[in-house]
Amino acid sequence: MKRLLADSWTVAAKDLRCELRDKQVLNAAISFALVVLLMFSFTFDPNTNVGIRSLSGGLLWVVYLFAGVLVLNRSFARETANDCLAALVAAPLSGDSLFLGKTVSSWLLILAVELISLPVFGIFFDVNWVPQAGRLLPVLALGTWSFASVGTTFGAVTANNRMRELMLPLLVLPFCLPALVACMSVTWGILDPSAVSEIGPWVRLLIGFDVIYTLLGVLVMDPILRSG
Amino acid sequence: MASKPAILARGVSKYFGDFPALRDIDLEVWPSQVLAALGRNGAGKTTLLRVLAGLSAPTKGEISFPSADPLEERDRRRLVGVVGHGRWIYDELTAEENLRFFCSLYGVPNARTAADEWLGRVGLGRFRDAFAGEFSRGMRQRLTVARAFIHDPSILLLDEPWTALDDRAMALLSTLVRESRERGRCIVICSHQLREAVEVADEVVLLHRGRLAYQGSVDERLRRNPQSLYERIR
Repeated sequence: MKRLLADSWTVAAKDLRCELRDKQVLNAAISFALVVLLMFSFTFDPNTNVGIRSLSGGLLWVVYLFAGVLVLNRSFARETANDCLAALVAAPLSGDSLFLGKTVSSWLLILAVELISLPVFGIFFDVNWVPQAGRLLPVLALGTWSFASVGTTFGAVTANNRMRELMLPLLVLPFCLPALVACMSVTWGILDPSAVSEIGPWVRLLIGFDVIYTLLGVLVMDPILRSG
Repeated sequence: MASKPAILARGVSKYFGDFPALRDIDLEVWPSQVLAALGRNGAGKTTLLRVLAGLSAPTKGEISFPSADPLEERDRRRLVGVVGHGRWIYDELTAEENLRFFCSLYGVPNARTAADEWLGRVGLGRFRDAFAGEFSRGMRQRLTVARAFIHDPSILLLDEPWTALDDRAMALLSTLVRESRERGRCIVICSHQLREAVEVADEVVLLHRGRLAYQGSVDERLRRNPQSLYERIR
């Protein structure tokens, strides 16, 4: 277990260091999130259409999901330059360590994008989420883990595919649908407690989704990478 | 001499669809032996190296490391150092960070000291804090060599290791190979650079269209005229 955690952190730390050096993904994902939030705020003006606030949780997660896909696409793309993925496959690194390391680094990067764009969302949609931050942040963490784990698994599948930028969202989005619905419902319920009667079942769905796809990723990473 | 070979390949074939990249390869490489796998472009050298390194599963046949078995798959990978076609280094990391990352993966103690030592050995000591992405091709190849040797592997698999190296770096690599052999390591070099390969090798195999066309020891006659090897497949 200690070895698993150490190896996972080695991979995650390397990915984060590489990203913080060139900031290719962070810049692109943050810009994307802010531009889309701005466009949504003009399209669905919260001052003229009060009912739009009930949609705002959903819009927020759509933005996060697509910004997240940008991050996930880069996670394994970084390994294809200089054939570094082969170096990881040849190294005494277990598939579960690689999966967890990649998932953690993507999770942290997507969370950073979310935390930067959340205040902007609050301003554009006139939503005061600050009093609910204590409840909202765990949901962000759980929801983000769901598509980080699914995205990392499919990122490994599409790593050597020439169409991976297209393939990854096509594979990730349908699989993330249950988690996305749960995230939207919980966020809506937190921001507008009168709208969703009970968020407990959605949170349990989200936790279950995270557990299942994390275990699945841990189990399939070795066969995916070493089957060539 | 060791009682068991370091690498044992039996009936190894590798097909990409219907295309046979390797056909019925039988190979033994012993500790303290340098084997040069030679051949022209498309002969199957890189495929052979990838299969030996565990990067690609053989379609048929078996590969084992008898002198080290029984070991778990993961521990077996620790035994192997590879210089592949790709550089296997991260452009966004410095030379030192690259080596320290691989030290962590291979469980090398005192990663900082090991990285410093190997950067010095390959002549990159002054560039330890420079990004690998800013290196010339030759400098990258030297970093790649340091990356492959840093965990002191007992099996070294080198694919076209002299690519982009200048004369001093080529001499350094040949010295590293000889030192490794003296320390009981087994080295497989895949190359089409016959002269450099036969200079350091004890044994050669010649690959032709995925088959072993010739296998034998390196003698003075071959060292003087390496091209004569190809006459065996004409």
